[in-house]
Order: sequence, then C-alpha cells, then structure tokens
Amino acid sequence: MSEPLLRVRDLQVEFRLSGGTLRAVDSASFEVGRGETLGLVGESGSGKTVALRAVVGLLPRTARITAGTVEIDGTDVTAAGEDRRRALRGTTVAMIFQEPMTALNPVMRVGDQIAEEPMVRLGQTRRNARTTALELMRLVGIPDPRRRADAYPHELSGGLRQRVMIAIALSGNPKLLLCDEPTTALDVTIQDQILKLLQRLQHELGLALVFVSHDLAVIAQTCQRLAVMYAGQVVETGAVADVFREPRHPYTLGLLRSVPDFDVVRAQLAAIGGAPPDLAAPPHGCRFHPRCPFVQNDCLDGGIPLFDVGPGRAARCLHHDEAAADARREPVIANA
Amino acid sequence: MPESLLELDGLHVHYELRGNLGRRVRRQEAEVLRAVDGVDLRIAKGETLGLVGESGCGKSTLGRAIVGLCDPTAGSVRYLGETLTARRERARRRRIQMVFQDPYSSLNPRMSVRQTLAELLRAHRMVPKQAVEARCRELLELVGLGPRALDAHPRQFSGGQRQRIAIARALALEPELLIADEPVSALDVSVQATVLNLLEDLREKLGLTMLLIAHNMAVVRHVADRVAVMYLGRIVEEAPTDELFTNPRHPYTQGLLRAVPRLVPGRVSETAGVVGDPPSPIHLPTGCRFHPRCPIAQEPLCSTEDPALAKGPIAGHSAACHFAWTERPAAHVPEVIEETS
Repeated sequence: MSEPLLRVRDLQVEFRLSGGTLRAVDSASFEVGRGETLGLVGESGSGKTVALRAVVGLLPRTARITAGTVEIDGTDVTAAGEDRRRALRGTTVAMIFQEPMTALNPVMRVGDQIAEEPMVRLGQTRRNARTTALELMRLVGIPDPRRRADAYPHELSGGLRQRVMIAIALSGNPKLLLCDEPTTALDVTIQDQILKLLQRLQHELGLALVFVSHDLAVIAQTCQRLAVMYAGQVVETGAVADVFREPRHPYTLGLLRSVPDFDVVRAQLAAIGGAPPDLAAPPHGCRFHPRCPFVQNDCLDGGIPLFDVGPGRAARCLHHDEAAADARREPVIANA
Repeated sequence: MPESLLELDGLHVHYELRGNLGRRVRRQEAEVLRAVDGVDLRIAKGETLGLVGESGCGKSTLGRAIVGLCDPTAGSVRYLGETLTARRERARRRRIQMVFQDPYSSLNPRMSVRQTLAELLRAHRMVPKQAVEARCRELLELVGLGPRALDAHPRQFSGGQRQRIAIARALALEPELLIADEPVSALDVSVQATVLNLLEDLREKLGLTMLLIAHNMAVVRHVADRVAVMYLGRIVEEAPTDELFTNPRHPYTQGLLRAVPRLVPGRVSETAGVVGDPPSPIHLPTGCRFHPRCPIAQEPLCSTEDPALAKGPIAGHSAACHFAWTERPAAHVPEVIEETS
C-alpha cells in the first residue's frame, strides 16, 4: 500500500469534567488508504464518534487531543494551526452526520447551502456556484434538482436530506469522507439507497471513506477493513472478511454472536453479559475483562497492547487464540 | 388454525388535520391522514406475530389502537369475540399490555420501581395488599433484576435495564397479549440480544401471545412465528415467517428484504431494493398504493385498481398484488427517481 491518506496514531482525547477528566479515546490507531473504506464499529460511548471528530477537528469545546498524531495526506493536523486545519476541512476531508435535520441550516434553502462552499472556498461566481450545486444534486440522485434547490430542509424527507448533506460534503472535492452513522436514523429501504449511493460515489470519485456504525451488517456491506472500538480503545483491526470469519478479540466475537443474522436463524442469541464500563473509572487491565467469557488472571494486570495476529490484523487480547478457536468450533456467520 | 385471540376487522384510524375548519368553510374536502386504512388481522393464541414496515406506515398506530390508546375511526378490535373500544373497563384493559420503544420516556422518572409496580398491582387488585411487596420482587426476578432495584429510580438504570422494568410493568397485570413496539431499537447492540432472549423466555414461560412491531427484519425473523408487512396503512402481505422470508410474493416485501444489509461481507447488488420515498399518507396514490415505487407496475391496471389481500396456494400466505399469484410482468425502473448520470 502506498502512503495512507489518513493515519491516526495513538490518539488520545480527553474531556474535562467537573470531577476530573474522562478519556473518551485511548491510544487509538488506524489508517485509511486512498479509495479505501474503513469501518469503525462500536457501541455508544465506545469513542468512535469522538475519534472521528478529532480527525476533522470538530471536537466539542471541553475535549482536547492530549496525545497522538492525526496525519491527513502527509500533514499532521494536531500540530498544524487552525488556519491550516480549516483549509483541509471541506477540501480534503469532509464529514456527514447521523441526523441531517440538525446538521443542515433550517432557514437556508438547500441549494444555497450546497453552493456556499464552491462560492466561498473555490471562489466561484454566484451563478457558477448554483450550476455546481445543481450538478452535485444530480450526482447524489436528488430528483428534480431545480425545484428541490429552493426547498428548505424541513420540506424534504429524511433520505433526501441525507443526500443534500452528502452533496454539501462533496462540494469541496474532498479525498476523504467521514460518515458518522449516516443511515442510523433512516428506514431500511432508505438506508439501502444511501449506502448504494455512497458506494457509487466512491467508485466514481475515488473517495476514501471512514464509516462509523454500530451495525455490523452495514459494515459488512460497505467496508473492506474495520476497526472495532470498545471503551475508548481499538480492540481489533483487520479485513472485514477475515475478522468476521475468525474474530480474535472476545468482544468482536460476542458482538457477532449477539446480532440476529438475517440469513440463519439461531436457536438463541448469545448475549454479552453486563454493560460497557464507565469511562471515568475504566476497569484495570483489559477493559473487557468483566464481561469476557475467556477471562484469566493475567487479564487483570497492566495495560494490554495490540498484538499482531496475522497479515494486516491486530487484537488487544492476551488470549486471542481462544476467541479464534471458539469461532472455528462454531462459525459466527454462515458461509463467511 | 387455532382459535384467534384478537381479530381486527376493517380497522381504520384516521386523523383530521389542522386547518380543516377553514377548508370546510370554503366547502373543500377535509384533509385526513390515513394512518391505518382498512386492516384485517388475526392473532392466534400463543403465537408471535411480527409487524414490519417503513416509518409512517401505521404500524405503531395499529398497536396503539389495539391497546386502546386511540379510537378507531371505523372497524372493530375484537378480543375473544368481544368488541373493544378505546374506553375499557379495568378488567379488560388488563389483558392487553404494551412495551414501548423508548424506555427513557416511557417510565415515570419520579417514581421508584416499587412505586411503579405497586401502583398497578393495587389499582387492578392483582394480589392481596400484603402480597404486593412479594409480587414486586417476583416480577423483577422474572425479568432478571435483583430486589435491590425496587428502591431505585429509572435514571439509575441503563437502557437495557429500563426496558426490563418496562417489561415487568407490562407483565404486572398478567396480560394475555403483549404488544412490543420496537422494544430493542433504542438499545445498544450488545444489550439487544438479552432483551430479545428475555421476551422469548417469558413467552414460553407465561404462554404469552405477542405482537412484535419492528423495522429490523433480522429481529423479526428471529422472534416471530408469522409476519405481516404493512405499507401506507394496509397489510400488503402476510405469511408464516420462513415462508415470507424465502418466498415473498409482494414486490414491496421483496424490495424490503433485498434492502436489508447482510452479515456476510461483500454481497452487494448495485440497485436499491426499493426506490424513492414512501408517499404521504394524506395524499395516497390511486389504485395500488405501491404502484409509484413498484418495479412491475402495469398501466393502467395498477394505478386504477386497488388489489385486495388474496390467498395463495400455500396455507396462511396472502398478498395484495395483482401479480402475486400469477406470472409476473418484466421488471422496469419506476419513474419516481430520474436516473442520474
């Protein structure tokens, strides 16, 4: 692989709280090559959204990057000034959000919202920017763009709003598109349409995508590689097909076993007991140990590093062979 | 087929929209939102019926009409032969209970778990006064929570635990029919499985009949015995679960199933399962409601004639499509979206 477009190394993000600090992301590392799709999987509170926001420089005011580097196209944005970061945002990296209604400006016509970037950043005239906006709307499959350009966000359906948001994200010709649960708020039929649209755009424009989701099936359909996050840490990375066939972290294994599979009906879903830990006081040693079925004494002491567990794969588990053996005994998904 | 517990006949729930007074003055027709628009449905004793469809198709309203949270505009809800209206005596209300989607808003934040459960047990005289405390503990045990939870308030629990409390509250009245409206969609993935397993256990243990309203097809396939697919206020297909998933006959069901993302990596088709957005339930399409999005719609038949739910050769399988049980016309791309590029 050539130089990756995005390289996140040992990223650490902390929130200042009244009672101390909370480490929402703890030494997370991942990479995305040009034109590649990386899935970032985890439950709410696992730090996946915070990690994504740190990349694009949209952290809430109480949060700070306290360690690690984020390199976009060779530039370390954590060291760069705000001007440089702003220049990258939109033209190199763009982001789409879960809830288009709150991300769009409710009192501005959607056509003008899409034309804003070409006008302000790319210096196009008002008329040219309008033409660009209509082209972008056509590109993202909005029917009758001329009429829709004059609509306000509330007049559009959820699916169309998400398409508008994608058009805005694409308006600066980014190379990397960060997608934060872009389809979670949508119906399954509309989700399907948006996922196919993103796939088509990726092929046509050679985009790299980072796709954050809690839905493993969505990740399976959209991503080549994935990073699984748990309690602020990346606990497993690798190619989607490899990880799904033979997960090497017990959390990944548990997650795959707990979701109902559309194709194969299991007698009972294997639930993961307990609940994700409180990040203000994470468990000692491995953060998953209180819920882990393979837990042993050595899991409780010291921080667990990411172990190399095969070509392009890593897992943060001392006993990763056990999860893999369990998956070999009973495959997690049929025909994978 | 075993005896039906619940029978819906020609059920309609319509909502008049605001601004209708002005329209009436101007002698215009009043605008009506047809949330449920002619549903016939049977639920047999002991079965779990899954009800699926896009948001806005009326599935939640249907559930609410069954429990009595809204009044049907026309048609009837019959429970063991008796017609039920929204106003019910306590004894009848008890038999059908509901679990809502969002356990953060469906529990009273100012009442402890004990207060929530005890109030119900007393009001409905479910157990003698001195046995209320013991019954509260028993209910919590049933949903897998310890007696320590009794004195806690909803905010002290996680989403999954709250949903367990909501289930305990529904079970306090020993209902025969439990309506679960998206019971796991507000929960984290790793917690969803525990709540689904709990519902299955309870169903076996207590012999519950269940109506599971959900948009997640994998969940429905896992839990339901039979599935009904709803589109714009109507049931468009109904079949035993395996049959529906392996041999869907309505183009909408077929599209819906194609739209579900699969766990097997990299098995994607290029075209979307169903194109376009669902039409507004205020201005319904003429003829078959699905025809503007349908890949096999035929003019003028489909835009003029409304197909009825028709039985097929397989027992219990019916579909509301002109071509459900005949040779189907070739698929085309519906015009609702102008193809790009």
